[in-house]
Order: sequence, then C-alpha cells, then structure tokens
Amino acid sequence: MMKNKYSIFSLIKNAFSYHENWQKAWKDPQPKKEYDVIIIGGGGHGLATAYYLAKKHDLKNIAVVEKGWIGGGNTGRNTTIIRSNYLWDASAGLYDHALKIWENLSQELNYNVMFSQRGVMNLAHNLQDVRDLKRRTHANRLNGIDAVYLNTQQVKEFCPIINTSPDIRYPVLGGTLQRRAGTARHDAVAWGYARGADEMGVDIIQNCEVKGIKRNNGAVEGIETTRGLIKTKKIGVVAAGHSSVIANMAGLKLPLESKPLQALVSEPVKPVIDTVVMSNAVHAYVSQSDKGELVIGAGTDDYVSYSQKGSHEIVEGTLNAILELYPIFSRMRMLRQWGGIVDICPDASPIVSKTNIKGLYFNCGWGTGGFKATPGSGDLFAHTIANDEPHKLNAAFNLNRFISGDLVDEHGAAAVAH
Amino acid sequence: MFLINCPFCGEREQSEFKAGGEAHIIRPKQPTELSDDEWAEYLFMRKNIKGVQFERWNHAHGCRKWFNVVRDTSNDEIKAVYKMGEKPPTI
Repeated sequence: MMKNKYSIFSLIKNAFSYHENWQKAWKDPQPKKEYDVIIIGGGGHGLATAYYLAKKHDLKNIAVVEKGWIGGGNTGRNTTIIRSNYLWDASAGLYDHALKIWENLSQELNYNVMFSQRGVMNLAHNLQDVRDLKRRTHANRLNGIDAVYLNTQQVKEFCPIINTSPDIRYPVLGGTLQRRAGTARHDAVAWGYARGADEMGVDIIQNCEVKGIKRNNGAVEGIETTRGLIKTKKIGVVAAGHSSVIANMAGLKLPLESKPLQALVSEPVKPVIDTVVMSNAVHAYVSQSDKGELVIGAGTDDYVSYSQKGSHEIVEGTLNAILELYPIFSRMRMLRQWGGIVDICPDASPIVSKTNIKGLYFNCGWGTGGFKATPGSGDLFAHTIANDEPHKLNAAFNLNRFISGDLVDEHGAAAVAH
Repeated sequence: MFLINCPFCGEREQSEFKAGGEAHIIRPKQPTELSDDEWAEYLFMRKNIKGVQFERWNHAHGCRKWFNVVRDTSNDEIKAVYKMGEKPPTI
C-alpha cells in the first residue's frame, strides 16, 4: 500500500487534526506460513536488508522477525557517529559505500533521518598517533575519501572547547578531519527503513523470537519462533550481539565474542560542540545531539556478557579523559547511561557472508561501529542473499577469511580501539 | 560490575581482574599437523554462550594468578570458581 508522502503540507494538514490521524508507518501483520526470505533481527541493518531486497532485487515475499521491538537493540543504543575514514581498502570501500547512501537517504526514504555532516575529528596524542593518522589520511585520499590532517592550532580552531595545552596528561598533537562524516538520528533510520520496507510489502513481525533453525540435508527449511513455525529457503541473520546464539541453533560456531559497550548522555545544554571528536589513545568520543545533550561513548568491557550493562570503571575512565580534554564539561551532570551488546570479530571487521549451510547468511561482527554502515550493510547483504554470492564490496568480509588468514585487520587502524 | 571470589585472595571487585576468555580450549599438541580449518577453530571460533559459560580470569591487580570461573553471561552471576588444572564442576 502506498504511504502518504511526508512533507511540509502533510505536517500542516495533520496539525489541524492535532496529529491524531497520521497514517500508520508500518502494519502489524500475523506471520504467513512461508516467505521467500526471512531476516532475523529488526534493527537498522536488518530492516535495511529487507528494504533493499524488496527495492533492488524484486523479492516481495519477505519477513523481518524481531524478538522485541524494531530498533530496540543496538540501533537505539549507539552514539550515532557516521564516518568512512578507514585505513584498509576493503574497509574504506565498505564504509564509504554506506556514507554515499547516507548522503541521500532522507530523500530516498521520504523520512528525515537527520543526517548531519558536521565532520568527525580524530585526535593524536603521541608521536605514533601522529604517524598513524597521517598514514590513514593518505590512505583515505588514495581511496577517494575526504580527509585532512590538522595540527594542534587547526584542531583548536575547528573545535575551540578542546584543551590544547601542552601540559595535559595526553596533549593534543594534531588530528584528522573527515568533513563528510557526522551523525544521524538513529531511531529514525530504523523507522524510515521499516516504513519503506512495509510499503513494498515486507512483513515486519515484532515480538517474535527465533527458537530454532530447521534444516534438512544441509539447507535451511524454516525457523521455529515463539509465534510458530515459519517456512523459508533463505534466512539472513542480522542479530548483532546475539548472532552466536542464532548460529548455535544451526550448529555453527562464529569467530565472535559479545561484550557490553556503554554510552551516556548529559543534561541538555545550549550548542557547545558542533562536530564529533574522537580520541583513540584516551578512549573518549563526544558529540552533541539536536536536543542539546552531550553524547559520550565509552569502551567495551573485556568479558563476554549479554546483560546490557557494563562496568562502572569503564565509564569513569572515559569521563576522566573527557574532562581532561574538555575542562568546560566539569560540572555537567549525566542524565542517562546504558549498555548494548556488541559482537566483536578477532580482526574487528564485520562478517557479511554466506555460510556452509545452504540458504543461511550472516551479517554480524560489526562490533562497536555498526551504525555508520547501516545503509551500505543492508544494500550489500541484500545483494549477497538475492544472488547467493557477495557483492565485490563485501567479498573480503566473508566467513572464510578466518580459515584462509586473509583478515581485514582494522584493530589498530579504526578510530577508536575495540 | 560484579564481585569475583579469587581462589587465592578472596572476594574482590571485577575491575581488579582481567578476563581471559573461554576456558578449556586445548592447545594443539602437534601444531604442524593442523589443517587450516583446525587452526581457525583453535584460534578464532568461540562458543560465545548466552548462559552458563566456563572461562578464564586473571587477578591482574592482585596475586596475578590465573583461575577458572563459571558465570552466567546473561546476568553476570558467578556459579563457581576453581583453580587451573582442577576438574570443572558440573553446573
């Protein structure tokens, strides 16, 4: 069913009826007996996968099953940073593909995802950081990704509230800037893709937890869920922190560890920081939301946990670094703190891949940085499922790389350590 | 955040410890004989269990000794602690 187009006129029209008559953005269907493709996981990546399967691959009989509500997992828990300044060619290709889709996503979906290209700055605090970041800048530019290296003075000019005094524990020696990078409204991404997918006939089935993967002769036949058996020949698993749990149902082991990653936001204040600043060495990153809250990302705990809460000292360490770099925040009060479960690969790169079970595909291992890739990940995973082979941009991110040894080692090269 | 009962020092905050990952992954006796698949299994593949998991911990800011912990990863509740080389408890 065609959706009413969102526009300034629809906003005015609905204002007259006190915004009580907006059309539902997606249906709440009962699961059918059988689908051509089932996506497990109704986060941004899963909904984007369903959207592109319907839009670009002419598949219409698709379901997204979600154990909770859509966008209630890591999609609604991340710090919304988007960038593509990765070192290796494979990663640069993957993340810049996503960034290019981001640039036109609100128009494509007719849904304001509030994509804001406010720039992302990565700071250097020691000589090795300086060398690494300069090297990364060169690598980015060779891959056609915008990147500039800034000295301390230029960092201060771009973001005046940073303490660039040489006296602090880890002084700012410079940094990189990707101007095309920025942030987006995370919930809107899930909702926009859900609305778009729903319009093309995708069934979005919430409160439907997968309990088993039915197989026969090395091929998938369907899924057992809390809402009954649903038959299908193709399953795309996009379950983030719970990927290993689903893999286990199919007798597979993945090279993943699921760990808590925390974030926190402050009370809302007037605009004070109009960009995103990340620092790998001291592990702190901060931006300001449109509501005025500082959005701060902490690190992962080092143990496996599915409890969606992390350790206090992780937050404490991050805030120590934040206060050293931004003394102006010393009296800010933090309003909320939460955790999400991130699935981390040994090489800190994602898996977007077929498996040795026919019809079973995995899109996982995005670790601490999956949000930025949402549109590209969905697009490439849809291609992989529809054609039963990867797109050239995600070919390097296959599951077989852990056997061949051809890893995409972004550990040291990513902007923030995992 | 939770407490871990170090078998050598007693109950301490988790922040004193370093997690060592899944326990009882046996180092190959003949590394040169291993196939690529077996290497991948040993090096990278993990059970990553949601539920009761057997894992190694090191009291990094204490006695610095390694030991094993049985922990429910869905709520971080510790079921048992036992020393290296001891028979894992049945949970």
